[in-house]
Amino acid sequence: MPSSDHPTLPLVKASFSSLTLTATLFRGQTTLIVPAENVHAIMRFLRDDPECDYDLLSDVVGIDYLKYPAETQGRFAVVYLLASYNHNRRLAVKVFLDPTLDTSGIEPDPALELETVTDIWPGAEWPEREVYDMFGIRFRNHPDLRRILMWKDFPAHPLRKDYPLRGRGERENYRVLDRESS
Amino acid sequence: MGLEAAMPADSFMTTQINRLINWARRSSVWPMPFATACCGIELMSTASSRYDLARFGAEVMRFSPRQSDLLIVAGRIAVKMLPVLQRIYLQMCEPKWVISMGACASTGGVFDTYAVVQGVDQFLPVDVYVPGCPPRPEMLLEGIMAIQRIIDSENIPYDGEGRRLPLQVAMEPNYEPRPQPAEVSIGAT
Repeated sequence: MPSSDHPTLPLVKASFSSLTLTATLFRGQTTLIVPAENVHAIMRFLRDDPECDYDLLSDVVGIDYLKYPAETQGRFAVVYLLASYNHNRRLAVKVFLDPTLDTSGIEPDPALELETVTDIWPGAEWPEREVYDMFGIRFRNHPDLRRILMWKDFPAHPLRKDYPLRGRGERENYRVLDRESS
Repeated sequence: MGLEAAMPADSFMTTQINRLINWARRSSVWPMPFATACCGIELMSTASSRYDLARFGAEVMRFSPRQSDLLIVAGRIAVKMLPVLQRIYLQMCEPKWVISMGACASTGGVFDTYAVVQGVDQFLPVDVYVPGCPPRPEMLLEGIMAIQRIIDSENIPYDGEGRRLPLQVAMEPNYEPRPQPAEVSIGAT
């Protein structure tokens, strides 16, 4: 297995020596896997440290690993895609989360929560709303955590793999206008 | 009506008031373009100079439902968009007609997902379905001509209170499709 020579990894390792951090390399792209409770501190370090200097958060995405063919560290993952303009460097930071409640509903699950990074990169507001909308992963201290794509009363988080593609009747359950009523 | 050239200037003609009103309506069908996807591009092409929807008196695209007679639903309708479409339909004044243009508006098309309405006719009274993905401008013209034939016809079905019932006409292609893939000859034959 080739070892990543990403120059940010030794800096993170030196600053967070008490944590067990892992990293993966796939086709030249490095992903740093961090524990959920340390996301905010590590992100703050990656943005503020002049050697890291990741000034752009290009996206926040969620992943559902249900029925994934290989073994994973958790059911859900949230990936932060970082870029540094000054160093011309990219890094992905991944967090694994395991739900404690049934994932078919929309009730808040305390295990599916992360600290928001909107105080570090204000542009994280809408991507985090999308992750919340599609996967039901909530972000603590988010300024405006509402659904962004689906409507307010939508009864599920549709990009979870246990949600059927054709929905559970949401698209049929609507009032009908006919010539008599209009 | 084209008669004025054949008649003396000081003459007069008699007709039925029904036919006169139908002639006025069919000659000024003002569409409300509800274009949400690539069918809207074909709709724009239909209105532009090459296909020239003005020949049918329907070139005035009205983006206000109060001023339009024909709702052209062109493109997929997300469930979140459906209340907007229904409100626009309700805001249109009678008489009003609805064309469901393209596969997505008529059936949902390839977008068989939780967020897309599987045919606006489930929730709106549609008069003419124009098939295609997207339909060619000729096809949409044929659909608008079908609306004109509906207006022209005397036996428009009305309910008890004078509202028009939906007709649900499905258009047939007005051209012969070539067998696909078309044969291609390369070099000298």
